Amino acid sequence: MTALPLRRVHVPFRVVAPIVVIGWLAAWFANLPLANWVAYDLLGLERGSHIGDAVAFFLLDVPKVLLLLLGIMTAVSFLRSYFPPERMRAALAGRGTLPATVGAAAFGVVTPFCSCSAVPLFIGFVEAGIPLGVTFAFLISSPMVNEVALVLLWGLFGPGIALLYMAAGLTVAIVGGLVLGRLPLERWIEPWVLAVRAGGGATSLDLRLSVEQRMRDAWSSTKDLVRKVLLYVIIGIGIGAFIHGFVPTELVAQIGGRDNPFAVPIVVAIAIPLYSNAAGTIPIVEALLGKGMPLGTTLAFMMAIVAISLPEFVILRRVMKLRLITVFATVVVTGILAVGFLFNALGL
Amino acid sequence: MKVIEVLGPGCYNCHLLEQAAIEAIAITGIEASVVKVTDYARIAAYRVMHTPGLVIDGRVVSAGRIPAPAEIAGWLTPA
Repeated sequence: MTALPLRRVHVPFRVVAPIVVIGWLAAWFANLPLANWVAYDLLGLERGSHIGDAVAFFLLDVPKVLLLLLGIMTAVSFLRSYFPPERMRAALAGRGTLPATVGAAAFGVVTPFCSCSAVPLFIGFVEAGIPLGVTFAFLISSPMVNEVALVLLWGLFGPGIALLYMAAGLTVAIVGGLVLGRLPLERWIEPWVLAVRAGGGATSLDLRLSVEQRMRDAWSSTKDLVRKVLLYVIIGIGIGAFIHGFVPTELVAQIGGRDNPFAVPIVVAIAIPLYSNAAGTIPIVEALLGKGMPLGTTLAFMMAIVAISLPEFVILRRVMKLRLITVFATVVVTGILAVGFLFNALGL
Repeated sequence: MKVIEVLGPGCYNCHLLEQAAIEAIAITGIEASVVKVTDYARIAAYRVMHTPGLVIDGRVVSAGRIPAPAEIAGWLTPA
């Protein structure tokens, strides 16, 4: 790891950006014909056969998901570098309960969420005197309406379902935050967190960065993210391809169907251990939806995967008593079940 | 002798930042030590809400991002 630092040729950003954009678009439009050509012509698989459809699905989705992640994540990371949590905290402090809760939920969409950051963020909010309900609205929406999930939903299911998911997730976060804000929960915060609040002093951090620095940060964080999720994505698409090609529609409709009242709780229970592998599970969900799983069940499944993360709860235990985490988790699960049942009942 | 502190509970990003800090020390050739700060109370005392954070001699220079070694080197050797 101690290679000589190579002197890289510095190509101006104005030159790199258009080349990258054109290359991305070319790859995006070449993807479908290329996948079909490889599956049906090069490999000679028969159109409409189980194996042919499964292979074509896999060859179409792997590059598609990769392109979406690389392209949109870079753009999103760049944009959100303008919304650091310090700025968000300043914007939320001292507002009324409703605007602050809505604002916190909305901020949750643009801010990245790494469970590592949950604790410092929580302390920072408590310290600024932001009500717990507002903080929880953020803690719910940040992982649930996360950018990876939205990007994949948009790319694989279309804008309708992505926006519906976002609206449902924000509603759960806002209602959850308002409900939690009504409860006397402060006594279940670990005492040392409240002691931090007593300390004074402002951060000396200068948040100004150049556009090029932000772009570079965005690209490197996207690369890291893609490297981390790539294997899960490929496995997920592999399973999705199998479902797409081989699992009969009647089976999915029977188990996950609208007539089965246990479908929503069952998928939520299945989703809990799959935490944070949104990238790998969305392709599976895509295949299930295609096979007739109703929308409410699908949305509840997605939400439970990203929003209920056991490692996050373990980390939050450092600042909250177990009872508070239990109440928090109960509210989130209730919200997700409500979304599932509601959309199924509406027959969407 | 400068003291570089890497603030973070020990996730992947904190590890990347630590590596970048070590490289920055190699680039500048100055004497500095890298310390990992994983205790949340101490991270909070630096007013960092967004890990990983980087502190040089008690001053927070970055939070929530992984600066390139060259950038950290710039902070280590002020012009």
